[in-house]
Amino acid sequence: MSERPVVLELRGITKQFPGVLANDHVDFDLRRGEVHALLGENGAGKSTLMSILYGLYHPDEGEILIDGASVRISSPKEAIERGIGMVHQHFMLIPVMTVAENIVLASEPTKAGVVLDLASARRRVSDLASQFNFAIDPQARIENISVGQQQRVEILKALYRRADILILDEPTAVLTPQEAQELFGILKGLTREGMSIIFISHKLNEVLEIADRITVLRRGKRIETLPAAGATEAGLASLMVGREVLLRVDKTAAKPSDSILRVEDLHVLDDRELEAVRGVSLQVCAGEIVGIAGVDGNGQTELIEALTGLRQVQSGRFAVGDRDLTKSSTHRILDAGVGHIPEDRQKRGLVLEFSLAENIALHDFDKEPNSRFGWLRPSRLIARATQLLREFDVRGGVAQTPAKALSGGNQQKVVVAREVANDPRVLIAAQPTRGLDVGAIEFVHRRLVEERDEGRAVLLVSLELEEILSLSDRILVMYEGEIVGEYGTDVTEEDLGVAMLGGTRETEAVA
Amino acid sequence: MTTGPNEPTVQQPDADAPQPPSESTADRLARWQRAGGLVAPIMTAVLAFLAGGIVVLATGHNPIEVYRGIWNGTGLEWFYRVGSYEVGLPWSDAKIWFPWDSSSLAGENLQQTLLLTATLILTGLAVAFAFRCGLFNIGGQGQYFAGAYFAVWIGSSFAGMNGFLHILLAIVAAGLAGAAFAGIAGILKATVGAHEVITTIMLNFVALYAGLYLFGQGGPLQNKLQEFSPTSNEVVESARLPILWGDPFLQGLHVGLFLSLAALVAFWVIINRTTLGYEVRAVGFNPQAARYGGISVARNYFLAMAIAGMFAGLAGAIDMLGWRFSIGFSDIQSSTIGFVGIAVALLGRNTAVGVGLSALVFGALVNGTATRNIPPEAFDIPEQAGNLSLTIQALVLLFIGADILILYLWARTGQRLGVGRRAPS
Repeated sequence: MSERPVVLELRGITKQFPGVLANDHVDFDLRRGEVHALLGENGAGKSTLMSILYGLYHPDEGEILIDGASVRISSPKEAIERGIGMVHQHFMLIPVMTVAENIVLASEPTKAGVVLDLASARRRVSDLASQFNFAIDPQARIENISVGQQQRVEILKALYRRADILILDEPTAVLTPQEAQELFGILKGLTREGMSIIFISHKLNEVLEIADRITVLRRGKRIETLPAAGATEAGLASLMVGREVLLRVDKTAAKPSDSILRVEDLHVLDDRELEAVRGVSLQVCAGEIVGIAGVDGNGQTELIEALTGLRQVQSGRFAVGDRDLTKSSTHRILDAGVGHIPEDRQKRGLVLEFSLAENIALHDFDKEPNSRFGWLRPSRLIARATQLLREFDVRGGVAQTPAKALSGGNQQKVVVAREVANDPRVLIAAQPTRGLDVGAIEFVHRRLVEERDEGRAVLLVSLELEEILSLSDRILVMYEGEIVGEYGTDVTEEDLGVAMLGGTRETEAVA
Repeated sequence: MTTGPNEPTVQQPDADAPQPPSESTADRLARWQRAGGLVAPIMTAVLAFLAGGIVVLATGHNPIEVYRGIWNGTGLEWFYRVGSYEVGLPWSDAKIWFPWDSSSLAGENLQQTLLLTATLILTGLAVAFAFRCGLFNIGGQGQYFAGAYFAVWIGSSFAGMNGFLHILLAIVAAGLAGAAFAGIAGILKATVGAHEVITTIMLNFVALYAGLYLFGQGGPLQNKLQEFSPTSNEVVESARLPILWGDPFLQGLHVGLFLSLAALVAFWVIINRTTLGYEVRAVGFNPQAARYGGISVARNYFLAMAIAGMFAGLAGAIDMLGWRFSIGFSDIQSSTIGFVGIAVALLGRNTAVGVGLSALVFGALVNGTATRNIPPEAFDIPEQAGNLSLTIQALVLLFIGADILILYLWARTGQRLGVGRRAPS
């Protein structure tokens, strides 16, 4: 590997933002035909470094060398001209146009200089797709293809513009595990053809899987560049965070007692009026974490929405303790002692424009001591928020700070603080660590286990198998709206994976 | 500010810390954004007037002369004509020293400006309150009519009733009428999701034509004494609002102004200090999060519309009981006070203080551009002055749109140059 020529080198890149040194003399090099991962927590300076390379920012210091020659890149256009392509986290595609039209956009082939030559556009796109073995229909409209395929369109767009250096910014964040595997296959094919790839991520397992070399950034500094072969998740995590990180959650065996949450034969419809939850029965006892594993879109979202009063129950029933809550409003259900960490903290979990104090009071602003006779008492809200923010180590703001000013990890801490602060009997956590970095994940996981140990019934829904495996005391697998299996903590990832795809139904659903 | 654990946070301004030698673009941007709440609306108004001046210039007249005429017409010069005068105390013959001349011409102009301001505060609040719940209430005009109809009907009936009770009854009925009328749009939004912009526009027509029917020729509430005049009965003397300042026979300033000021305070208190206001704001910012938090979105849509309509209904009441005393066919057809309320709320950014100030701006503008205030030599046809007033109002709306655009572009360029609020990761 080391004999391969270096195609790109960044030397001593420094970028100062107000109050933050985003990049501090960062060195980086990329060899032909390798995948070089850039690993770091949110805010470590990965995206800044790549934005500098792509001409979106100008470095305060340092230089960029392509094929050994120093270059100045002052716009994405220049970057593209120098063979650098970037696939952003959020795709820049026009939904109503076809794959081919999107790919040739801004450099459309023409007839006689003026007439758009779509036939040749389609041909060139199919040639490109078959050259790199992409399964994609050039005539499909973007709005009709999956997210994974849209990402391939973005990659093809870069290839069409003759990129030989490809930057992928957190490419798996939007993908299902299967799509991620397909992406990795594509990337390996590209490197065989001589492409060089920079892979930005904060997920340790996928970096180890796909990368040849790994550069770890922390607080704007390059900490180390090491070959992926021989690196371990634990070693990378401590490099990223700067201290030892517990990847496996440290917990004792569960001591489940009374059954708290009981769900019987629940049927729920989704937005298209199709049955998304088909007769789910389960129970969660005080002092245990029950994990629901499953591929996205198998009814987990609808199940949780039904249990929290956000979606109507078609038939069946559920109860917390002795109280039947099947037909209750969200307000009643929350009052009955249900805490809910929602799937999407920005869309649902927080009112981003509200202050942290107001967000923390979202469920109980109308109860004493937060208010009395309909009068809000802001000083009480602030006092309680200040205490909780300290207890949950929320950084980057005080009680009066608007929630949108916080980073994702700290926003999630605010949500968790609110949901556990009122001593719920049941805690429903939907994808509680989505989009968080290692340090914040560790915090949320530890907290969920603590809540369990305090005798709460915890229902965890996650698409991350690792999370399910490391937190749950019992694991249920949901497939096409049904619970298709129940497992103990000793189950292997492979067995779960098979069940999640509907492979076996060996164990019956819990009564 | 994206900060993971153990990440350096963006430094907070610290009084003790040594100041950097030169402020960064980010500092300037931050100050601009902080000041933006005040600077942007003022800039908006100034730009609108400048553009209006160009319009005047294009018609071949002197904009400075026109604006001087408008300014004098607003009566705002009254405030800096300080001297030594006397003013009578209410309910007595006693007079005390007062720094302003209460009976000057400027004073009379100011009364008219404030008369309009009082109404505009209420129609502005009608838009602002709904806006805080995420609803765009275009129906202020119809809700104003609903209030005005009830106020004039009650005010002209029940002659001989105790004056205070009569006024109270008329005002309460007008407020409730406005609330009920707007509540229709609220209920439609809450139950079947009908868009409030469409329904309130339609309800405006309902109110308009209902009024034309009720008070028009042969209508059930038409003036019985003048059979051929399509107008309502007159509000009886005892049901008229007391005059605070000026001549009762020449549209003096009535005490309805206090109702408007009280409404501003009530608006602020409800929004910021009650659980209702919390719910309204939560729904306005993020209905999904509100629902997840156990707040009934539908209930708040209804309540916010009803409260908004109540403000507009009160506007109708103080106009009828304060200075119009009757409503006629042509009054109904030409009234735009509810629509100006939209501009008031937008310029005032839907806050209590903002609505109060922008109502004064628009009150002064509408009054200052009244035909009688424009120097005759400035326009060949005096009605052009009223058109100028409408032009400036339209320009203000245009520039409000533009200032949001400017702030947006500013923020975008800022991000590109790395001076945005969020340091990129």
